[in-house]
Amino acid sequence: MTEDDPTRVPRAKNGRAPDVLRVGGWVPMRCFADDEQVDFVIVGTGAGGGTLSCKLSEYGFSVVALDVGPYWRPLEDFASDEHEQYKLYWTDERISGGEDALELGRNNSGQSVGGSMVHFAMVSLRFRPEWFKSRSLLGYGVDWPVDWREMWGYYREVEENLCLAGPIKYPWGPPRPRYPYRPHELNAAAKVLARGCEKLGIKWCSTPIATLSAPRGLAHPCVYRGFCIAGCSTNAKQSAINTWLPRALKAGAEIRDLAMVGRVELDANGRVRGVHYHREGQWRFQRARNVVVAGYAIETPRLLLNSACPQAPDGLANSSGLVGKYLMAHCNQGVYGVFDDEIRWYKAPPSLSLTEHWNYTDEGKDFDGGYAYMSQGPLPVEWSGTQTGNHKLWGESLLRDMERYNHYAGLKIVGECQAMETNTVRLADEKDRFGLPIANVTFAHSDNDKKLIAHAKNFMRTALEAAGGYDIWAEETETAHLMGTCRMGDDPRSSVVNPDGRTWDVPNLWICDGSLFPTSGGVNPSLTIQAMACRIADRIKALAARAEV
Amino acid sequence: MNNRGPRYPGYNVLDKRDTPSWNEITRKVIDHRLTLDGPKFFTLEEWLTLRALCDCIVPQRSGRAPVQCAALVDHKMELDQRDGFRPPSLPSQREAWRRGIAAINEECRERYGGAFHELTGGQQDRLLRLLEEGEASSPAWGDMPAKVFFKRRLVHDIAAAYYALPHAWNEMGFGGPASPRGYVRLDFNKRDRWEAIEQHD
Repeated sequence: MTEDDPTRVPRAKNGRAPDVLRVGGWVPMRCFADDEQVDFVIVGTGAGGGTLSCKLSEYGFSVVALDVGPYWRPLEDFASDEHEQYKLYWTDERISGGEDALELGRNNSGQSVGGSMVHFAMVSLRFRPEWFKSRSLLGYGVDWPVDWREMWGYYREVEENLCLAGPIKYPWGPPRPRYPYRPHELNAAAKVLARGCEKLGIKWCSTPIATLSAPRGLAHPCVYRGFCIAGCSTNAKQSAINTWLPRALKAGAEIRDLAMVGRVELDANGRVRGVHYHREGQWRFQRARNVVVAGYAIETPRLLLNSACPQAPDGLANSSGLVGKYLMAHCNQGVYGVFDDEIRWYKAPPSLSLTEHWNYTDEGKDFDGGYAYMSQGPLPVEWSGTQTGNHKLWGESLLRDMERYNHYAGLKIVGECQAMETNTVRLADEKDRFGLPIANVTFAHSDNDKKLIAHAKNFMRTALEAAGGYDIWAEETETAHLMGTCRMGDDPRSSVVNPDGRTWDVPNLWICDGSLFPTSGGVNPSLTIQAMACRIADRIKALAARAEV
Repeated sequence: MNNRGPRYPGYNVLDKRDTPSWNEITRKVIDHRLTLDGPKFFTLEEWLTLRALCDCIVPQRSGRAPVQCAALVDHKMELDQRDGFRPPSLPSQREAWRRGIAAINEECRERYGGAFHELTGGQQDRLLRLLEEGEASSPAWGDMPAKVFFKRRLVHDIAAAYYALPHAWNEMGFGGPASPRGYVRLDFNKRDRWEAIEQHD
């Protein structure tokens, strides 16, 4: 191993951090001592923690952000290869059971500075406004303690930060400004979706997507390599690692890579005093006035539960008993068909077109909630996993069908899952490489989820047929994304954090990631996580101005 | 059985190695992958079983599955590169593979009187279908369900290894590595000159 192996030796230290936009480059970084009481320690640097690190440091707070992942320079560290790029995923052991056990890692958990956004598919959609009050307005789930109009402003802030490429007019929901960058050219796989929608008489559009359609600073426009979920080696993808975090460093935040937080410590008064973290072979303690946990829907509850102490024997912020409960994923079933045309779906971002028809239409449904569906472009290793898993092929039949790769196209949903208390993250007896109990995850679909999935598969099958597809088959089990486990609410008995992201139990302990979501919506969560982080930053700023932080 | 020849005759993704489609780290990791040729984690006996399993899961029109397929599974075990989760009924991947191969061979001996790699193609195929259907009966499986092992480890790991090889990309007409040069022509039936040409009947 070379000295500059970012998986073994931290890069962000001694007053500098990697410049992600230059090969071998560095940028200056302010550094804090462990015994210096910083305003905020933020655990995790993805869509939640990365965004919040930027916003709070720009507001003048002192920030140390810790992440267990390596600090990559995409231009030199990212191969154009699925197998090698498994290094971006959270591959430490987790046990996953239940009737519809989640497949964790690849499409829902990252381990990098920049979090799972480093391998996200860049689809950046706003929630349908009614979803923030789904109980009151649509009759299912629970209400969020936030107003959609407030979120609408924060969505815009994130869309501008990511220079989203998207259509001039978005066909669904209340009016919104045009997207900052022009839409991308559609690949054949995206045109298959469009054909199907037009045949069936529903709207479709070019996906609002976080990859550049024009230059931005040192980053070039997307070159349509198609390796997006294996990490973008050209920096066309706009995500936490190359947008929020460089801004955070510039504003004086310190980011510590390869730093695993094992325990948040409470003092005798029930307030957080800092975090115990493992870096460079030893356990250390960082003092802080506030701690924000932003590890996503498995690592966040895991850390809170692993931080149990005499003052909080069931884990931190857990007086409601809800830490680790109401875990959600998105239904993510795909329907695939073969076409006479060459599709060559490996080219360009996988989901360049979509329809939110079934998110915004309430008629003709026998289920609550909604779903979007998008065009697809799996690369060979991922596609072989679908073929051997859901399609149950191996041997001769596998190889022959894999040879039809360039003639396949597919449609895949992001479908709303109902939150169920019985879907949980708990601690296992088994320990990880740091000696910390690993997560034991249990998941099953609700009856409503199953109706949604059946509706979607049926509709997409019709759409693919209408577009000219044949030999059509559908995935039974597939999920994407994670949400819930530390839900936000108005009532300390039925939620873990208040509308500001502050835990009800511990006044200087906050949560800022997808684990806040009380409901999942039928769109990819990253845009909402970032928008919520911007909102929490503004709440913290306002509270600090009143000496309430 | 399909008797047609390769769909993309003459296409070799490795021809792009020294073009703008491959950056330095891509060259490094693929070059390394192609040097893998023997077991570092598995014993020689386990290796014989694994290679025979690869020949069944990713069978070739002629000859054996590329040695790098089994070698990449071995490499994953050697470095213990995990997937990110495991079902409660399976032990961690190294133990699952060790126990799985031992149980497969035990099952074969009980049914056919030989280790897996010694069986005929038909026997191997029947044995694998039996695992897939959850009908394995040897006590050697212990508390590890053969059906879960078959799906989550055996087929999954071998297919993931095979489709990480340029050999498989050539069969599929996949463009392979594409950094920094990606693609220009995205529409139906369009291809850039550095993409595979499909043989039409």
